[in-house]
Order: sequence, then C-alpha cells, then structure tokens
Amino acid sequence: MDLESMYQEVILDHYRSPHGKGELDPFDAEVFHVNPTCGDEVTLRVKLSDDADPLVEGLGHVGQGCSISQASASVLFDQVNGQPLSEAMPIVDEFSMLMYSATSDVDIATLDDEKLGDAIAFEGVAKYPARIKCALLSWMAFREAVETAQASKTN
Amino acid sequence: MAEDLALKFKEQFPLLERTVRGGKPLIYLDSGATSQKPTVVLDAERAFYEQHNSAVHRGAHQLAEEATDAYESARATIAGFIGATPGELVFTKNATESLNLVAYAFLNSTLETERGLEVDPRFVLRPGDEIVVTEMEHHANLIPWQELAAKTGATLRWFGLTDDGRLDMSNLNDLINEKTKVVSVVHQSNILGTINPVTDIAKRAHEVGALMVVDACQSVPHIPVDVKALGADFIAWSGHKMYGPMGIGCLWGRTELLKVMPPFITGGSMIKKVTMESSTYADPPQRFEAGVPMAAQAVGLAQAVDFINELGIENLAAHEHELTGYALDKLNVMPGIRIIGPTENVDRGAAISFEVDGVHAHDIGQVLDDAGVAVRVGHHCAAPACQRYGVTATVRASFAGYNTKADVDALVAAIKRAQEFFGVAGDSVEGATDGS
Repeated sequence: MDLESMYQEVILDHYRSPHGKGELDPFDAEVFHVNPTCGDEVTLRVKLSDDADPLVEGLGHVGQGCSISQASASVLFDQVNGQPLSEAMPIVDEFSMLMYSATSDVDIATLDDEKLGDAIAFEGVAKYPARIKCALLSWMAFREAVETAQASKTN
Repeated sequence: MAEDLALKFKEQFPLLERTVRGGKPLIYLDSGATSQKPTVVLDAERAFYEQHNSAVHRGAHQLAEEATDAYESARATIAGFIGATPGELVFTKNATESLNLVAYAFLNSTLETERGLEVDPRFVLRPGDEIVVTEMEHHANLIPWQELAAKTGATLRWFGLTDDGRLDMSNLNDLINEKTKVVSVVHQSNILGTINPVTDIAKRAHEVGALMVVDACQSVPHIPVDVKALGADFIAWSGHKMYGPMGIGCLWGRTELLKVMPPFITGGSMIKKVTMESSTYADPPQRFEAGVPMAAQAVGLAQAVDFINELGIENLAAHEHELTGYALDKLNVMPGIRIIGPTENVDRGAAISFEVDGVHAHDIGQVLDDAGVAVRVGHHCAAPACQRYGVTATVRASFAGYNTKADVDALVAAIKRAQEFFGVAGDSVEGATDGS
C-alpha cells in the first residue's frame, strides 16, 4: 500500500517526538529555508568545533510543516549531530541521492545503509515528487548552515 | 440541478473518466486551481488549428481573415457573457497579467507625467496617495499593488478580515477616502470562499474619485457576473478556471479608461505609427495585445462560454451553492475540523478551506490523494489570509458543475481515514491535540 510505504512507522515516530528540535545557543550559523509552494519552513542553527575536521557540536531546528519535513529534520539531527564534517556531509549527499532515486538513475542498492540510518525510511517519499522538497528542506538548510559557519570561521 | 444532471454534465469531461493512484476513480475537487475541459472546448481548439490556423490581424490571405474573424467573434461571445461589449475586453495571458496591466497603467502614467507628458490624472500616483486592497487577496492582486506603491511612494492600505472570514467593512469610509486613487478587491476569495460586497465598495470608491478593480477569477466561472451591475471599472479573470483553455486571461475595462491608459507590454500589432525615434499606439483593446495573440485559446474560451450558457450560469451557480451547503453541513459537524472562512452558506462560493487538528494539510492532501480525491493544500497564494487565521497551510476543496454529493461524501470519508491513519480520529474539537 502506497500510504504505508510513505508514512513508515519510523517516520511517524520521528514526527511525534522530533530530535534536535529547539533553538540552539550558542551557534555559528543560522539559516531559514522555506518551501514556497506549501509554506513549510525551518530555521536551523549549527555549531561547529574548531578542529581541522570540524565536529557538528550542535544542531537545532525549529519551524512548521508536514510530518515528512518534521520527521526528516529529526532524522538529520540523529545522523549528523556529533559527527565530523568529513562524515556528516557524505550522509547529506547519500540522502539527496535517496530522495532523487525514483526520478533519476540512482540505484538504491548502491546507497550506504549505515550512513542513512533511519533516513532510509524516506525511500517511499521519493516516489512523490511533490514531497521530495519536504524531505530535503532541513537537509539543504543544514548544508547551507555548515557553509555559512565555515565561511564565518575563516574570516 | 439535480444529481443526475450533474452526472450528465460530468460525462462531457474526458479527463474525469480516468483513474488515479492504482485504479481509483478520480474525485476532482481542485477546480479553484483550474477546471477540467469539456470535449467541445478541446474540439474547438483543434478545429481552429486544423482549419483556420493563422496569425490574426496580419496577412492578406484567406486563413488570416478566418483566424481574425474567429478571434474577434470569440471576443464578442466572451464579452457578452459578462454583459460587456467586445471593445471593452482585452485578452491577456492570464488574470495575473490582467491585474498587472492595470497596475502598470498607473506606474507608466506616473512616469510619463514626471517626464512632462500629459496623462489622465486618475492614473497618476504620488506620495500620500493611497491604494486599497484586502487581507484576503490572492498574491496576484496584492503584489502588483505592493510594487506599485513601492515605486510611486503611494501607501498601500487594506481591509482587515473578521473572525468568520468576511471583510471587515466597519471602517469603509476611513479606509477609502479622498487620498484613495485605486481600490482592488477580490470578488470571491480563492481561499476562504467569501463573496465580497464589491458593489458597495465600488460605490464608496467612486464617491471619492478612486478607480475600482475586481479580481473575478473565482466568480465569473461560478456565478452570474454583470459588469454594469457590479459597478467596477475593471475586472480580471482567467479562462482556464471556467472550462476554457490555459494561456488566456481577460481584462474588462470601461472604454473611456482603456482609452487613456498607456500600454503595458509593447511590440508588434499594438501600434499605430512607428518610426526609429518613437511610436504611437493602437486603440484598445489592440493597444494591450502586443504580439501574435492566443487565437486558438480565445476560440476555446468562447466555446466554454457557449457550453456554460447551454446549461445556464444561474443553474450552475445553484448547483454549486447546494453542493457547498451539503459540504458545509458535513464538515461543520466533523470532529477535529476547522473551516477557515465562512461556515454559513451565505455570500460564499464553492471553495472550502479547512484544517484538521493534529495533521498537517500536506499530510491530509496525501491521504486524500491516495483515495483518488484531488484537493489543493498550502497557502493557496493567499499567505496573508493564512497568517490572519494563524495557519501556515489549509486543505481546500473547490467545486465546479461536474461535482456531485457523492464527491463530497468521498471527501468526508477520506478525511476520516486520514484522521484514523494519523491517530487523531475521534478527538473532539475541544480535546484535539495541536499539531504544530
């Protein structure tokens, strides 16, 4: 059944009790991303360590949106918080590939289950083009927040 | 119109026979976004391309003559539908362009007067002048006026909304005053369904010498609209929401106003005389129709008008009114449902927005889609109205002549299923959890 494949229990669990929800303080960068077609929005803050390979020391997200966008922000937190960027960013890449797996020639079998963790549950969402942006919203925000934080540290 | 007549009407729309999401019959409740097209409209467009295709108002050959005749006959048919004459009707790409055309007449007149050219003072805006809209406008009737205000230094003001989804008319005389130059109001809200008292507002606008623009996108396709009775100076609407093709919009304007308005989009076929230094422009409506126009779409839209006239817009309106009442009766008593907009079937059209406690609109839309029920979710290009009612997104079901009570029943059943799926079924309105 299509609905169950989209709304897997693990997604609904993250939606009901999201991880990483809240305003992080102190933080290095804050970004605001919005999905203008539906009004979903996320404000995401990150804090990076000063290591050569910076650790994601903190990640906090607030916003409003559908279960998919809220759950995916929660899964993002689980997968990247506390990770060095050298490991966190490839996870973001894997997730992007997963989300475009139904509409591109990405082979899901080649994706790294370990990196994806609970994020693999979003495979069903990838079949609905209108919802891909919901799932990617906070992940794209995270990518930009990291770039902004790194730029501010080198200045 | 009885249920069996609606079903007969529906039979004329080929798309409505298809299935979606694994063989489920399509329940199309998104006509507020765009209506489906009957076979006669599709045939009319095809016949134009097969037999008369040519660029109108150009060429010395027979096809050009036939195409021009088809295009201008279409203009007459469509103008007649709203009680207007053909010379008052401008074809545009869509209603958004129609509204921009009027807003840019103000901007261009203002710029011309600054260059010392003589223009009609009614279209000149200066700092201190006021533009009035409402908080329930579609972005298409808000942003052009925001832009105009920003560029001219005029002030944008707006009617607020009451808790029950109506315009707050209590400060009408303060809001529309001697400083007001233009008032632009939606006839029927695309998000709330509210039908606004545009005739009263137009009367006040004219008392103070302001021009009155009406966004009629959601009214012309659904209720009888007579431009003379309405009392407006301009009305804008689109073809694709009234069983017609995409790619054509309409602007009706009073002749004496169209005559003094500078063009918006310039180029071929809107000119009188052109030299390398400067040009003069054709009379309306050609002045506002630069480039090769959408003749096939005009022919298709005229056919849509004939199609509506066959049944009668009054009968369609009565059918949709009854359907709206049926849907409101069901949704008003459903636990966990909050209607955003008037809950009474009075001065309201066939678009019903609602939210479901504990479930985001997007998720409701998904479960409905899984049942074959097509609705729109989101802010419906009316973000300020959403903000006014404290929601980021709503679910909107909107009806047209081909919808039936069985469609409403399918909607209600699908909402119940969504509530069950997300574990909020049976919550009372009071006891419902907050989904945010």
